[in-house]
Amino acid sequence: MRSDLDYLVPSSVEEAVALRAASAGAAYLLGGTDLLPQMRAGRKAPGQLIDLKRIPPLREIRETADGGLSIGAAVVMADVEVHPAVLGRFPLLAECIRTVGAWPLRQRATLGGNVCNASPAADAAVALLALDAAFHVVSAEGRRSIPAGSFFRGPGQTALLPGELLTDLVLPGGAAGFRGRYLRLSRRKGMDLATVGVLVGKSSGTAPDRWRIGLAAVAPTPLRVAAAEERLEAKGAAAAEEAAALAVAACRPISDLRGSAEYRRDMVGVLVRRGVVELG
Amino acid sequence: MRKTITLEVNGASETEEVEVGMTLLRFLRDRLDLTGTKEGCNEGECGSCMVLLDGRPVNSCLVLAVEAGGGKVTTIEGLSKDGALHPIQEAFLAHASIQCGFCTPGMVVTAVALLRQNPDPSEEEIRSALAGNLCRCTGYRQIVDAVRGAAAAMRAKAAAPLAVSA
Repeated sequence: MRSDLDYLVPSSVEEAVALRAASAGAAYLLGGTDLLPQMRAGRKAPGQLIDLKRIPPLREIRETADGGLSIGAAVVMADVEVHPAVLGRFPLLAECIRTVGAWPLRQRATLGGNVCNASPAADAAVALLALDAAFHVVSAEGRRSIPAGSFFRGPGQTALLPGELLTDLVLPGGAAGFRGRYLRLSRRKGMDLATVGVLVGKSSGTAPDRWRIGLAAVAPTPLRVAAAEERLEAKGAAAAEEAAALAVAACRPISDLRGSAEYRRDMVGVLVRRGVVELG
Repeated sequence: MRKTITLEVNGASETEEVEVGMTLLRFLRDRLDLTGTKEGCNEGECGSCMVLLDGRPVNSCLVLAVEAGGGKVTTIEGLSKDGALHPIQEAFLAHASIQCGFCTPGMVVTAVALLRQNPDPSEEEIRSALAGNLCRCTGYRQIVDAVRGAAAAMRAKAAAPLAVSA
């Protein structure tokens, strides 16, 4: 951590963006549960921390006009996982978030920080991918919306341009109603990253049923497996085995201290099949 | 760089100049001599540095002191009242939930936060809430028993005036 480290507390998005534009070495700070250990380990060395937690709109969960939900980047995960609208309409997001770290960590860790950290094992990101979330960002150049599907570029790499600030994550109303499971293997139940994470979601509000298959910790980024979803939408749960094979083909795991690539690939197949059969 | 912060710690207002890089954990231990809050892993894995910040349990090694400016912090030292231990502390004694004692302050603080939110947690809920607190002596059985015991005692106490009036 640099001894000349400065700490800035803007009260509006505009002020934050201006502070960031004025200093190339600055970093935005949300919960800090990833950033502070990275700074302590010397992997990041910003000269200024721009704390976004005191910007009121970033701390809100708002209903949107299409029946969706906007979750401010600074909302802590513990508040998302118990929010009535999340539990009622987007329960898969709560299901994934509840597996992140442990309960006290989620009192500090934010949904926005989690996606900006872009861990390949980001459990919450799998739900955001599956639910077609849009990430709203702002910079001195203006505002834009990045689909979750094109946000994650690699470990620690996102589509954010230098200086861009993530304001909120928007779940579209059309993604409401998906139910399902997040099947996650880890060495212990709390405080461990996923070895393999598999989300299986289904929405029966339409004919045919809509399906979602998402994967964590088995590729450079969290993944969604569109080919498996299409197969299930065409053939229903009877295609569980085919969907599992498509997910196995889509993943690109590595071997590390949590598990070998072979194990991860096998488990993707097992968990996709299990999830699809359970949801029927 | 240094910043002046004012925050409330265990009910007392504290104003100090701190380095921006100083964690809330080091601030509590080194500046305020509140050494009940322990430093274990210093990267948010072990929970031994747990404190309440504005009522929420947080790993104080993952919070900068400057971030806590304007906030209210409760440490293990702030839980007893007039020399009387908090019911959760009493329950840890009664259930022999303390071995080496290093994790105990963090365990108690997380349990305080849990029982405020959920006065009657199941064993599964207790284990889930405490999943971020590691006991290096592995005495989890007694710790879970203590939290269950404390929850029952606190509910009984809360219900007592009603029982009398009925």
